[in-house]
Amino acid sequence: MRDVAIVAFAQTAHRRRTDELSEVDLLMPVLHEVLGATGLKANEIGFTCSGSADYLAGRAFSFTMALDGVGAHPPISESHVEMDGAWALYEAWVKIQTGEADTALVYSYGKSSPGRVRDVLTRQLDPYYLAPLWPDSVALAALQAQALIDAGATDEGALAAVAARNRTAAAGNPHAQLAGDVPAGDYLVHPLRTGDCPPIGDGAAAVVLAAGDTARALCARPAWIRGIDHRIEAHGLGVRDLTDSPSARLAAERAGAFERPVDTAELHAPFTSQEVVLRQALRLGDDVRVNPSGGALAANPVMAAGLIRLGEAAARIHRGESDRALAHATSGPCLQQNLVAVLEGESAHA
Amino acid sequence: MPKEPVAVVGIGQTKHVAARHDVSIAGLVREAAVRALEDAGLTWSDIDAVVIGKAPDFFEGVMMPELYLADALGAVGKPMLRVHTAGSVGGSTALVAANLVAARVHSTVLTLAFEKQSESNAMWGLSLPVPFQQPLLAGAGGFFAPHVRAYMRRTGAPDEVGSLVAYKDRRNALKNPYAHLHDHDITLEKVRAAPMLWDPIRYSETCPSSDGACAMILTDRDGAARAPHPPAWVHGGAMRSEPTLFAGKDFVSPQAGKDCAADVYRQAGITDPRREIDAVEMYVPFSWYEPMWLENLGFAEEGEGWKLTEAGVTELDGDLPVNPSGGVLSTNPIGASGMIRFAEAALQVRGRAGEHQIDGALRALGHAYGGGAQFFAMWLVGAEPPPG
Repeated sequence: MRDVAIVAFAQTAHRRRTDELSEVDLLMPVLHEVLGATGLKANEIGFTCSGSADYLAGRAFSFTMALDGVGAHPPISESHVEMDGAWALYEAWVKIQTGEADTALVYSYGKSSPGRVRDVLTRQLDPYYLAPLWPDSVALAALQAQALIDAGATDEGALAAVAARNRTAAAGNPHAQLAGDVPAGDYLVHPLRTGDCPPIGDGAAAVVLAAGDTARALCARPAWIRGIDHRIEAHGLGVRDLTDSPSARLAAERAGAFERPVDTAELHAPFTSQEVVLRQALRLGDDVRVNPSGGALAANPVMAAGLIRLGEAAARIHRGESDRALAHATSGPCLQQNLVAVLEGESAHA
Repeated sequence: MPKEPVAVVGIGQTKHVAARHDVSIAGLVREAAVRALEDAGLTWSDIDAVVIGKAPDFFEGVMMPELYLADALGAVGKPMLRVHTAGSVGGSTALVAANLVAARVHSTVLTLAFEKQSESNAMWGLSLPVPFQQPLLAGAGGFFAPHVRAYMRRTGAPDEVGSLVAYKDRRNALKNPYAHLHDHDITLEKVRAAPMLWDPIRYSETCPSSDGACAMILTDRDGAARAPHPPAWVHGGAMRSEPTLFAGKDFVSPQAGKDCAADVYRQAGITDPRREIDAVEMYVPFSWYEPMWLENLGFAEEGEGWKLTEAGVTELDGDLPVNPSGGVLSTNPIGASGMIRFAEAALQVRGRAGEHQIDGALRALGHAYGGGAQFFAMWLVGAEPPPG
């Protein structure tokens, strides 16, 4: 395997509404920022890959206009996943592994404000048996939370503490939408209170990947991807143990996460209860710094929140605040699909 | 370390039709996947990862349907990627899957693309307007017709070339049991007499809306050695994209298409595509795109593509057969159409294309495009493994 690193990361300030901005407007600053950080121009990048979802924009082929913002002329080698940008990063990592590219630009974005994201996400469900019932994302997460409480794995107080810790950490994150002392609030769907749920917001993120010496030339302390893997589980909630995440565990194992301890973990857990599941599946002890950015409880731009976890983990390595970090992204109801990457600074590798 | 050679050892398609009321979306994709596994002599447990493509989600009204389809495609516990690059998606999906093998991340990958257009209305699925952006002008035909007219004006091509393509592809489709349109009474006169939809594109020169799926099993050198039937080998593959709208855009022959073809030919060691390639499966949703793409892909000089079509070079018995399967004009489950091009190219070099087999086809090109003629995906497959 080639050594590939995240060498630059940028994200927007995540906000409840951005009516004045198109998706291209949202993206342009972060694209300029990551390219500026590396000194690369769009046409010097070996491969470009993005993640987004048409259903958020309410129109087919919404990503085509975003590409216009990249400035893809002369034409570029480019692809798109209808997934969180974390999977776009995975596709780009594979492309670099083939040797056909040495650098990659990865971006993703999501504007939740034009619609009702809880309703929109119901359209992800089995279209014949589940979607017609419109069970929304919060209701499904609440089923998972209740299953955890029933199993004795957590209680409402512990969930509130998860929320408080994430949002306290987010006070140090200038991009966060929800930070500091956020009240637990009323029940949204029992047992989840508003405080247990992510903010609804708009945002975008971008990273640059580079291989070997190119990475060293572009970044003082590259965040090397030591392993990356992703796994999916069955869709039907009735055939899954909602208190566990075997796909996250398997992805972590395949990514080498259990070979040595990590000091930091950025988890894509939009609901407090999901952090409980992930901490256990990923074997994260109390000595691991979980979500120093505040995680998805502080900002959850759909389709970018997973890529942001990879970016936040990498940025801590860039700054020398972490030597070995785990980054996680999720997709689908109740943690159906999970991606895990292990990132390391140079010194940790030596 | 050089890339792992990639072999296509299994191919499966559904019979493409206007509406598969007898199966769910999951049933449709599983049908193609099972046929690909049977062709490869493999079972679900032999598959390391699944790469699925379709475009766009509004056609079925399911957001990110790969989540719901994980069970039907045996992906539980495995990696599953969902690619979406507009109309080129079937090709891009195959290339993403091929890269997983080429990079030695996985040994054997199932890749599949589908569209079940009967679940909604494709024309209006493509016509959702957004403020301050150019609408797609009532479906894809409204978008592409002016560019066809520009091609005719630029090259002086006679009006009837488009009908020749449609007549050829619909006759070819009669030899392909999976093709959607099987018009046994087709005549050139009937093609020419069809009503005008988007001038100069007649109804008979447009693609149908189909339900269908296409699957392929891609594997490494060891996997190919175990395959029960001859594999097709990937000699080159590339994707190129350019913006939808910019001042320098040539909608008749986009630079991204030229660059993509050039990259594929470079990888495959092709210097004279017209002579060295034995069959072409190109993405021709409106008949005039055959002569246009013949030029864009380097098979003809600029302004000369229509002459190849007119001279019968692209017929099934011509010396550069284009769309022996009947092409997109005869079968168009949009998200799958690009992968069908890739799969049909592979069938040709495997010698397994049945009645529409081109004798002695050793090298074939699969081509897909999408968006505002801005996304391109191509691969070149051969009967022999790539050198090295």
